[in-house]
Amino acid sequence: MRPARLTVLSAAAVVVALTAVTGCADKSDDSGSGAIKVNATDSACEVSKTEFPAGKVSIEVENKGSKVTELYVLFPDDRIVAERENIGPGTKATITAEIKAGDYEFACKPGMKGDGIRTKVKATGQGGGDKRSPELDAAVASYRKYVQEQADETLPKAKVFADAVKAGDLDAAKKAYALSRLGWERTEPVAESFGDIDPKVDVREDGLEAGQDPAKDWTGWHRLEKSLFQDGKIGDEDKKLADTLITDLTEWQKKVGQAEITPTSMANGAKELLDEVATGKVTGEEERYSHTDLVDFKANLEGAQKAYELLKPTAQKNDAELVKQLDTQFASLSTLLDKYRADKNGYEFTSYDKVGDAERKELSDGVNSLAEPLSKLAAAVAK
Amino acid sequence: MTDQVSQESSTGAGTPSRRSVLGWGGAGLAIGAAAAGGTVAALGGGSDMAPAASAGAAVPFHGEHQSGIASAVQDRLHFAAFDVKTKSRDELVQLLKEWTAAARLMTAGLPVGDAYEGLPEAPPTDTGEALGLKPSRLTLTIGFGPGLFAKDRFGLEGKRPEALVDLEAFPGDNLDQARSGGDLCVQACADDPQVAVHAIRQLARIGFGKVAVRWSQLGFGKTSSTTPDAQTPRNMMGFKDGTRNVSGTDTAALDKHVWVGANDGSAWLTGGSYLVARRIRMHIETWDRTSLQEQEDVFGRDKGEGAPVGKSKERDEPFLKAMKPEAHVRLAHPDSNDGATILRRGYSFTDGTDGLGRLDAGLFFLAYQRDVRKGFIPIQRQLAKNDALNEYIQHVGSAVFAVPPGVRDKDDWWGRTLFA
Repeated sequence: MRPARLTVLSAAAVVVALTAVTGCADKSDDSGSGAIKVNATDSACEVSKTEFPAGKVSIEVENKGSKVTELYVLFPDDRIVAERENIGPGTKATITAEIKAGDYEFACKPGMKGDGIRTKVKATGQGGGDKRSPELDAAVASYRKYVQEQADETLPKAKVFADAVKAGDLDAAKKAYALSRLGWERTEPVAESFGDIDPKVDVREDGLEAGQDPAKDWTGWHRLEKSLFQDGKIGDEDKKLADTLITDLTEWQKKVGQAEITPTSMANGAKELLDEVATGKVTGEEERYSHTDLVDFKANLEGAQKAYELLKPTAQKNDAELVKQLDTQFASLSTLLDKYRADKNGYEFTSYDKVGDAERKELSDGVNSLAEPLSKLAAAVAK
Repeated sequence: MTDQVSQESSTGAGTPSRRSVLGWGGAGLAIGAAAAGGTVAALGGGSDMAPAASAGAAVPFHGEHQSGIASAVQDRLHFAAFDVKTKSRDELVQLLKEWTAAARLMTAGLPVGDAYEGLPEAPPTDTGEALGLKPSRLTLTIGFGPGLFAKDRFGLEGKRPEALVDLEAFPGDNLDQARSGGDLCVQACADDPQVAVHAIRQLARIGFGKVAVRWSQLGFGKTSSTTPDAQTPRNMMGFKDGTRNVSGTDTAALDKHVWVGANDGSAWLTGGSYLVARRIRMHIETWDRTSLQEQEDVFGRDKGEGAPVGKSKERDEPFLKAMKPEAHVRLAHPDSNDGATILRRGYSFTDGTDGLGRLDAGLFFLAYQRDVRKGFIPIQRQLAKNDALNEYIQHVGSAVFAVPPGVRDKDDWWGRTLFA
């Protein structure tokens, strides 16, 4: 994971514009614009309508209080649909979000703290924004299934790892470490979209926030990685952390099916997986103690390829040349990675500290060669 | 927006800023260009080699020779060497065509495609950091390295010019392979570093999958001039260097020493040149502790005026025998090398500090010549063996390229004569 991860949902679904601050004339006084108006103060959060048609929804927030506030649109289980932070006193903000039919809550958070002042709202009707082709709907459905499968398959592997840690079996734990991460790494952009789970299971020591104490606040795979591979011993604390990891991953497995997934978020997610490789794995930063970066690399690549394969029929129609390029580059990067594993069906890769500078350069070139055309996939799908 | 455009274009002395050209946009582009002579000249072809009048102007991209060789030296450099990754000759040719199209736009001060008006789901085609900046005399110059002509690669082995030799190991060289060689190079020179960096960044991006950047070098403070009337800039050792460089307007000298002739053996390279690039690290700290007398003896010029030993003005004809036998100017002079003459276009560089706290700085030496065997090699043999300066410098990177002739018009492309 990257140290600072800001967005929770696919950026494409949320468009936020700030008005009033720039002095632009504010013409919309509701009357027929369809926008939902929210009057926020230090102690109240008045919503102009609590029922509105589903689809593209515009919410105009005015902060009449004295504290900086923020507005969230939440699913009933508190997942975020859309948000706007840092709305200063006396300013207005507009949030545009695509909201499907269903029950939601608006939450104003004066002072940007706490659970906020909640109002239940309902999006009605058939609206769900742009009509998607059945082909893309099928791609999203298949990808959702894939994401769930990855989480389902990860849990038993993570248990093997956790059990080895708890048994104090250093060798077995080391062996199970990288394998327990495969499913997470394959679906990382979706996994990361649950902002509260990612920092618990996949943060690196340097990704902790200011004020966090590594001794107390650092949990998850990489904390255990350090104990196993750097310190070479398993302490009582590590055994507790192994249980915590399973608890957190179980939560992920439960939630992951509800993730917001769109064709463009799939495409951008595929690109983000390559970004992960380009910034964290190719440098050897991600697995600095275990040097199992190439296992993550492979998993990231597989996850990206899965999303791509599902979107390919649509991309083929819109940009056949791009598909040709992507096929070539996926194949050549896979071939390149295969140089580092003896068994083409296994996940035992060369330890990354044994991979020389020239070879790392070659891997980096390979990632660039794939990631650049992959960054065009979302457009090819959105056309 | 409209007001801003007219303000900007009216202050641009006839040259539109990138933003103003962009501002007219779409169908209005032709009008915008017509109102702005620089862009029209740059896009419209012609082989005018006259140096651009002002720092902001566009240097014509089309011409008999590539610009960036004899054209007036700009202040900044971003030089990049690439490895060709694709095995397909067609793909390589396609890339060269795409690069040419991009270079044509960028040297005219235009972005490569949209920078902020495309699909929200897609990354912008142009990265945008040069928007609003003037063309800044950007020149882009391509070269082809020996690797391109290797057997069983692109079918070019029969076209490798004899003069494109692999450079020998000179005494004292300490070459880092990660900063040496390359199948292709692009030299981007501009008066604004952001414009030069932008240009290489776009080309690298267009090239991903077909080529990969092998190494690159940023440069500043041109250390030679192709306009002899201008003050000769100083190198990182504080000395004026390159006083006697070939002038960009001396067509006879250029024909004799720089441009490859029709009868030189490789017809495709006629009007082109050869480029030698050397990263020369200077031992800055020890140099700075060297007495003024020794510094002047090492160069064979005085430090203040730049005059050769025994003379009073920088441009006075040097009397070589008055200099110490191992003085740099004496050894590098054509008279000490059977008339060997090169066109230097080097830049100072500093890449910060090395792990030992020493300034990682020196000269990024670029030399153009008609034949490497008669230009750089004899001079460097002489210098490597005897130059007093060797105590204070070390060659740490090296590359050689055949530089094709200019792109003639809008239908032409970099390397057409080699691949067609």
